[in-house]
Amino acid sequence: MAHTDLYNIYLNMEKENIILSFKGDITKDLLSSVYQIVEARMAIENEDPKRKKKFYHVLVECLQNMYHHMESMQAVDSTMPGEYSGSGIFTIGKEEENTYRINTGNFILKENADNLKERIDKINSLSPLELKAYYLEKLGSTELSDKGGAGLGIIDIARKSGNKIEYDFRFISELYTFFTLSAKIN
Amino acid sequence: MADNLIIDGTNKTPVVQFIAGTGKMEISGKSIPENSFGFYQPLLLWIDQYAAAPAPKTEIKILLEYFNTSSSKCLLDIFRKLEAIKKAGKSEVVVLWNYEEEDEDMMEAGQDYNSLVDLPFELIKI
Repeated sequence: MAHTDLYNIYLNMEKENIILSFKGDITKDLLSSVYQIVEARMAIENEDPKRKKKFYHVLVECLQNMYHHMESMQAVDSTMPGEYSGSGIFTIGKEEENTYRINTGNFILKENADNLKERIDKINSLSPLELKAYYLEKLGSTELSDKGGAGLGIIDIARKSGNKIEYDFRFISELYTFFTLSAKIN
Repeated sequence: MADNLIIDGTNKTPVVQFIAGTGKMEISGKSIPENSFGFYQPLLLWIDQYAAAPAPKTEIKILLEYFNTSSSKCLLDIFRKLEAIKKAGKSEVVVLWNYEEEDEDMMEAGQDYNSLVDLPFELIKI
C-alpha cells in the first residue's frame, strides 16, 4: 500500500465514526487490550450507565464469537492459508444519537455458512420475550464445549443489543466464506 | 473437609472465595474469559468435595459486574451442584444475587437462574 492511501483509510474511518478498528490475529491478549481501551474510554465519556453495560456486554460476545470461530478454523485445517485462519477484522463505532455499532469479519468454512445463517435468521425472527425463552432453553440444555461457545453468544447479542443482527456471507472459494456480523446498540 | 478455594481476580476473571468451614462462597468482579470452562472447573470440583461434608448452611454470594455467555453456563452448573446438596438435605443453601441499581439485565439474570434451579435466591440491590 502506498503511504498516501493511509489518508483515505483515515478519512473513511472518520466518516464511519470508527472509535477503534483492528485487522490481524485475534488473540486473548488482544481482546484484553481492547476491553481495557474501551473501558478507559467509557469511563471518561458521559454515557448512560445502562447503555455502557449493554455495549460492553455485546462487544465481549461479538469479539469472543470471532475468537472462537477462528480457534475452530485453526483446529480444522492447520494447513490453510494464513490469511484465512489467523486473521479477522473488527470495527467499533459510535454513530449518531449514541448508537454504537460493532462489526466483526472473519473466515469460516463454507460448509458451515448455511447453518450459521439459519441460526441467525431464527434468532432475528424472535420477539424479545421469545428470545429470552430461547436463551433459557439453550442455557438449561446445552453442554458447554471446551471452546466455551455453548451457542449462546449470538442469542445474547440479539437480546442485549435489542436489534436484529445484520450479517453478510461473502463467497471466497469452494472452501471458505467471509462472514460479517454487525450489531447495533442504541 | 475441603480446603478453602481462594482465587485472585483479573481483568477477565472474578475473585473467588470459597470457605469450606463456614459454607460461605463468593464470586465477584468480572467473568469474561474466553475459556470459561477452564476457569470454572476447579470451582466445580471444589463443590464436589464440599458436598461430602458441607456446612449446615451454605451461602453463595454472586456480585458480578459482567459475565459472558460461556460463564453463564458455568454459573448454572454451580447452582445445579448446590441444588443437589440442598436436595440431599445436607445443607441449607441460599443464593445472594447482587446487582447494581441501574443494572436491570443483571437483576433479570438472577431471576432467570432462579427459574432454572430449585434454590432460594435473594436479589439484592447494591
